[in-house]
Amino acid sequence: MHHNETYDRNRQRFAGDSSTNIHTAERVASAVSGGALIAYGIKRSDLTGALISLAGAALALRGTTGHSQIYDALGIRTASSHANPASPYNKTWLSGTVHVNKAITINKSPAELYQFWRNFENLPQFMKHLESVTASGEQTSHWIAKAPLGYTVEWDAEITSDVLNEKIGWKSVEGSDIPNSGVVEFLPTSNRGTEIRVSMTYESPAGKLGSLVAKLFGEEPAQQVGEDLRRFKRLMETGIIMSVEGQTSGRKEFAKARAASA
Amino acid sequence: MKAVCWYGKHDVQVKEVPDPQILNSRDAIIKVSSTAICGSDLHLYNGYIPTMEEGDILGHEFMGEVVEVGSDITNLKMGDRVVVPFTIACGNCFFCKKDLWSACDNSNPTPETAETLYGYSGSGLFGYSHMMGGFAGGQAEYVRVPFADVGPMKIPDHLDDEQVLFLTDIFPTGYMAAENCSIEEGDTVAVWGAGPVGQFAVKSAFMLGAEKVVLIDHYKERLDLAQEQNENLQTINFDDTEVYDKLLDLTGGRGPDSCIDAVGLESHGTSPDSLMDYAKAAVFLATDRPHALRQAIHCCRKGGTVSVPGVYGGFLDKFNFGAAFGKGLTFKMGQTNMHSYMPKLLSEVEEGNIDPSFVISHRLKLSDAPMAYENFNVEKNDWRKIVLTPN
Repeated sequence: MHHNETYDRNRQRFAGDSSTNIHTAERVASAVSGGALIAYGIKRSDLTGALISLAGAALALRGTTGHSQIYDALGIRTASSHANPASPYNKTWLSGTVHVNKAITINKSPAELYQFWRNFENLPQFMKHLESVTASGEQTSHWIAKAPLGYTVEWDAEITSDVLNEKIGWKSVEGSDIPNSGVVEFLPTSNRGTEIRVSMTYESPAGKLGSLVAKLFGEEPAQQVGEDLRRFKRLMETGIIMSVEGQTSGRKEFAKARAASA
Repeated sequence: MKAVCWYGKHDVQVKEVPDPQILNSRDAIIKVSSTAICGSDLHLYNGYIPTMEEGDILGHEFMGEVVEVGSDITNLKMGDRVVVPFTIACGNCFFCKKDLWSACDNSNPTPETAETLYGYSGSGLFGYSHMMGGFAGGQAEYVRVPFADVGPMKIPDHLDDEQVLFLTDIFPTGYMAAENCSIEEGDTVAVWGAGPVGQFAVKSAFMLGAEKVVLIDHYKERLDLAQEQNENLQTINFDDTEVYDKLLDLTGGRGPDSCIDAVGLESHGTSPDSLMDYAKAAVFLATDRPHALRQAIHCCRKGGTVSVPGVYGGFLDKFNFGAAFGKGLTFKMGQTNMHSYMPKLLSEVEEGNIDPSFVISHRLKLSDAPMAYENFNVEKNDWRKIVLTPN
């Protein structure tokens, strides 16, 4: 196995200690976006700008210290709870096993949601990074995911459990580039719709493929799964995923485009 | 098309921008016939609302004619004349089904910022920052209306634009503020802020059976307008009258049963707490200036209700929560659940019970918007409500 030294160093640098209450990836994101916010805020030189700068400073601080006063106040702890602090491997998203648990409530019946999900070919409609899923048999399917720079990552999966309108489990077949497995449950509530609970595990390989996978699933896999579930909810409840992409505005790129076409 | 675009604090310009397009199958495109500037647009103009971006198209009070519909729109056809609520709602989610339309789960495409700040995001809004979805607003010749099968309400031809334009925000907002007071026989309702929302809150409080309504402000022309409109109204000019003492006097020492804060985060005043608010907001130790809200809490009778249609965005300093607890107050607030109120209030207009056009102070062209914003921001006596028409 070609273990990349930089990754090891990063692991140590960002490995949390007991005083941190923020997940490592979030810390990096905080530090970077905090700095960007400070710069942007100063550039604006108005009240909003100053507020943004202040927020940026708070973010940068939590990024470098791994400790958020705001999170303390709100009782939030995002630092990995399943990881053993002694083991650097559990603290990283760059390689190793990643577990994600996420839930959302959708104002539809378990049967409607189960049926849509059970047809895996529907999944790319709301799972942003999937290019396609093709059923290859009763219990098997072929998955293609988009990766940066035009790469794709592919694997075959088989169904491990299938309880009508209640639960679907899957896992990649042996020898996959990204061994992964998961289960989605469709739990009825008394009058609040259906709770969707997703539990996923994947093995992120080391090396070049590993970094592709890291980018593919993002630095915050739980957040990404959360965003996919939100798209699922919107698609199921409203039939569309509301967007403002491509809408008009008075931003300069329009002026430039017009100048170019004139 | 021409559109009113935001470029920063005190920088609003009318620009030539691309026409809006259908982006979702539940969209419609409206050709705007009338649009208004809201007091809450001044919070954007003054830079109080974060997540605005240069070039954002402003405006959340607008009406017009349907000129294009998405493939899933069957309730509207070309040429229909509609008013559009400023809150965008899907009509399908738990909240919409409960008539909590401004809490719609599915209409804000970018809910992450609001979730970070507030825990959960409210509905998307037209022209009101990217935290609220970044939807292009209606101070333009055309506007894209998402979930057009749910929001737009058709208007009969015999009603003028000016009679129905304010069904898009301020009339329902004032009405919900009064409804939130759960007015009972013999009640006195005190309203802070004689702007358009306060004016409609006064009218609505009388409509809902308040025995006495008291309006508090320091813009004489605004108080005079409300007095002309409502014979039985009592007014207090806080520049020359102690508000708490006067309210006690007017209610025989009981205090108002309900207090409505129709002012919001840019409260004016020269009391010590107001001056501290200015100072703290100026050096960013607080974001909002809640003087009117503090006074409403202080003046409200025991067990009464404080209803807040005024917009707040961030953190309040020196908030007299002890008074609220000590008196067992009820708080009701939030963006208006527009869709619940529009049909009922349209009937009130049709039956001639109210003509909302009384709040209009200026009728201008869309191209006058920069001048209108500038004047509206500083000349509160004369500039009360501005209606813009394209062309």
